[in-house]
Amino acid sequence: MENWNLLSIITFLPLVGALFILLIPQSNNTSSERNSKSVALWTSLITFLVSILLLIGFDTTDPSFQFVERIVIADGLMTYQLGIDGFSLIFVILTTFLMPFCILISWDSIKDRVESYMISFLVLETLIIGTFSSLDIILFYLFFESVLIPMFIIIGVWGGQRKVYSAFKFFLYTLLGSILMLAAIIYLYINTGSTEILLINERLNINTSTQNILWLAFFSSFAVKLPMWPVHTWLPDAHVEAPTAGSVILAAILLKMGGYGFLRFSLPFFPDASLFFAPLIFILSIVAIIYTSLVAFVQTDMKKLIAYSSIAHMGFVTLGIFTFNSQGIQGAIFQMFSHGLISAALFMCIGIVYERLHTRLISDYGGIVSNMPNFSVFFMLFTMANIALPGTSGFIGEFLTIIATFKVSMIAALLAASGVILSAVYGLFLYKNIVFGQITNEAIEILKDLNNREKFILIPLAFLVIFFGLYPSPILNLISSSSENLVDILNLNSYDQLSLELKSEFNI
Amino acid sequence: MNLIFENIFFLSSEIILTLTALILLMLGAFKKKNSAKIVIYFSFVILIFLSVLEMLIPWNTVGIFNNSIVQNGFTRFVKTMIYFSSSFAIILSARWLIKYDDKAFEYPILILFSVLGMSLMVSANDLITLYLAIELQSLPLYVLASFKRDNAESSEAGVKYFVLGALSSSLFLFGSSLVYGFSGSIEFSEIFVSLETLEANTALIIGLVFVLSGLIFKISAVPFHMWTPDVYQGSATPVTAFFATAPKLTALCMLINILYGPLSGMQDSWFQIVFFVSMASIALGTFSAIRQTNIKRLLAYSSIAHMGFALIGLLSFPNLVGIQSLLIYMIIYLATTLGVFSCIISLELNEGESINEINDLSGISKNYPFTAFTMAMFMFSYAGIPPLGGFFAKYFIFRSAIESGLILLSIFGLLLSVVGAFYYIRIIKLMYFDEPKTVITKSLSKGLSFTNVACFIFIVFFIFIITIAPITELTETAAIALGN
Repeated sequence: MENWNLLSIITFLPLVGALFILLIPQSNNTSSERNSKSVALWTSLITFLVSILLLIGFDTTDPSFQFVERIVIADGLMTYQLGIDGFSLIFVILTTFLMPFCILISWDSIKDRVESYMISFLVLETLIIGTFSSLDIILFYLFFESVLIPMFIIIGVWGGQRKVYSAFKFFLYTLLGSILMLAAIIYLYINTGSTEILLINERLNINTSTQNILWLAFFSSFAVKLPMWPVHTWLPDAHVEAPTAGSVILAAILLKMGGYGFLRFSLPFFPDASLFFAPLIFILSIVAIIYTSLVAFVQTDMKKLIAYSSIAHMGFVTLGIFTFNSQGIQGAIFQMFSHGLISAALFMCIGIVYERLHTRLISDYGGIVSNMPNFSVFFMLFTMANIALPGTSGFIGEFLTIIATFKVSMIAALLAASGVILSAVYGLFLYKNIVFGQITNEAIEILKDLNNREKFILIPLAFLVIFFGLYPSPILNLISSSSENLVDILNLNSYDQLSLELKSEFNI
Repeated sequence: MNLIFENIFFLSSEIILTLTALILLMLGAFKKKNSAKIVIYFSFVILIFLSVLEMLIPWNTVGIFNNSIVQNGFTRFVKTMIYFSSSFAIILSARWLIKYDDKAFEYPILILFSVLGMSLMVSANDLITLYLAIELQSLPLYVLASFKRDNAESSEAGVKYFVLGALSSSLFLFGSSLVYGFSGSIEFSEIFVSLETLEANTALIIGLVFVLSGLIFKISAVPFHMWTPDVYQGSATPVTAFFATAPKLTALCMLINILYGPLSGMQDSWFQIVFFVSMASIALGTFSAIRQTNIKRLLAYSSIAHMGFALIGLLSFPNLVGIQSLLIYMIIYLATTLGVFSCIISLELNEGESINEINDLSGISKNYPFTAFTMAMFMFSYAGIPPLGGFFAKYFIFRSAIESGLILLSIFGLLLSVVGAFYYIRIIKLMYFDEPKTVITKSLSKGLSFTNVACFIFIVFFIFIITIAPITELTETAAIALGN
């Protein structure tokens, strides 16, 4: 299966679908809209099916890159090089898996410029898959930054009332973050004479202070993307104004690019600097976990609440990554994967009720359980998963991360664990106020329960959340060899050194 | 005899250009009907032909007419770009011109003469030839700026351009007289030699500053940028399209010719000047563009900022990678600019005027999705968002800067390019997020849509084009030719 160019096919298949939509004659409005929707749905489904082949052909024992393709472009500029290891595979599959749901959830809610909407999503899928599978740093940057274009359009054209503000904030914030990374990438190229990630890894030879500066440049990009406190402020705005599927993509996949970037670049390229800055990351992560959970609690807007909860959950990811042990890294990746499923499901749930009531204010809801019992069941499951109840996939990631953190710093682990309680506070608050209580809004009395399309969307997600909650090994197997490999690259001693450093940092 | 034929052979494109312009002038004067149309398409074909011809003539270095003109790989490449971009600028104006005054055959001929001046400018090898070439290039431009005779703003633009242009010419002349006085020669290579042996003294440095001021005026970089917004705004839009492309490139390449040629020994002196000009242009262009409401003023300030970015390439002297990056930057800048203007010219207000205010673009994506989409891509390209051409332009420029150790400057430039992104995406916001406000009609001629599609393809698929077409190789050859 190595020479089928499977990765290129998966990456560019959605783009082909987008071209098909362009070719649909736009004469008759309703039929061309329907056609473009089905083209988009089928393309994303086929992409998902093809990406299953990756899972089948992937050798979990091999920590090196697989399905590698390499073409040199404009001698010296860059190479077109794709390949995946366990880390990438998880995210590629997550992307291809969620994309059909994104198309489905917008089936009825998008009425304006449907063709462009579908094209934007398919282009976005290509760019995201490309980001996760590129093995060339310029190619990575191309995909990573290009994501801004369709996302800007999606938020700005199909967004809510303050869409312009949010789209601009999203665009400029992320651009500002990653422009410094571009400078660092150029520096890496000049230092090593290559843009290929593997060669850079081999040849990179820089002193500690340069390492620190470059690490900060990469950090500025990934921290904004993830987002980490205090550069998270674009996320609540972007989430609130984006259409449902836009929020889903944003929360479930785009945020993970930041975490992926830390794993793929910051840690292996700059191990010393990563170690040096680990206390900083720990502090930022813990602030993110506690502070944003508290902020989430006072939100009146459902989407904003989930957005803040996403930031808190991403705090666990950075915490796990920077423990430098394989448990922490696996926990971080599992957390990203499960947050991808759960946040996607939560945003879809909110989208489902928003489509019916056209309000996102928590106070406008209350008592919808009487009319929407099925919805309430699903919503409860996903809220519980968001709280990280044992038995759901949310639990595994946070549990692993907290254990790993415990090994390096007890106090950090204690503080992080308190975030779990806080997430229960806002999660239950949200659920109570929306599902139970008195019906105050007349519109709720005539609500209809989930239709078949919505059930079809939520059932697979619910199944996976429970399945991986009870049986996480398929995911952990996929990433174990890659994360062991990463831990090997990081100095083995770094682990003890880190706990020493953290002990002095936290005075224990 | 042989020598004359050789000279003529290596100068063939300029000679053909002169003859064509004269023949077309006769044709226009004696043929009354449709003269503008014929002249336009004929000059388009000739310019395309000449750009191919420049590629075919051997790229070795030759001195012509006692070394007053030198042709080498660099000048050949730049001339190809000049001819090519001017030909597009001519067909951009075709529909407007025929509608405005179908007997105005002078318009393309003026452009041809200006192009002739440009091609002599880049290949001039002594100060006198250079000055004559600059004047030959500028005079038609002054006329073009005031081409809309019945429009007060256009006349104002012409006068303003003329007065300030004359001032810059005088600065240049004064400076070159000082340089001549101290080096004792007007020929570039002799100036270089005598500057090598001469101790740098104050008068010479003053002369250098004057020469540079004259040249910086032509590329409209800070602090000699003031004319640009007014002239851009006042001139007819197709004329602005021409102003924003070939003359900019020419002046930049002439600056390279002088700084890397006769003044290459005085790098310590001019480095600071270019450094300041580049930084100030980026900053001023970027921040001033934010407040603009007129689309041509916005493009004027954006072009000031782009010139600043391009100048960064000069700073990596004597590393020729900088020149290569600069040439690539300019190729992409030219394509994007021509594309933007093709969109603007094709959109018209009710009265048949092309649009002026940025707000006129509101909501055009509803009625003209393709134009809006191409315009959006050009704007993203200006902002340097991958995978569009503009990203690679910025990438090459900053790579050469970081390679030469100009790291702080690069970070400054990169951060300001984020500020620049703001006003580019504001245009996209108007086109896509807002509702239509003014009634806009779209009228596409073949030339406009051809330019639009060609530039769009070039910008969007730049990554494939640079893989297939020998852009990096050609620019490298050109840059190396400069080093000899």
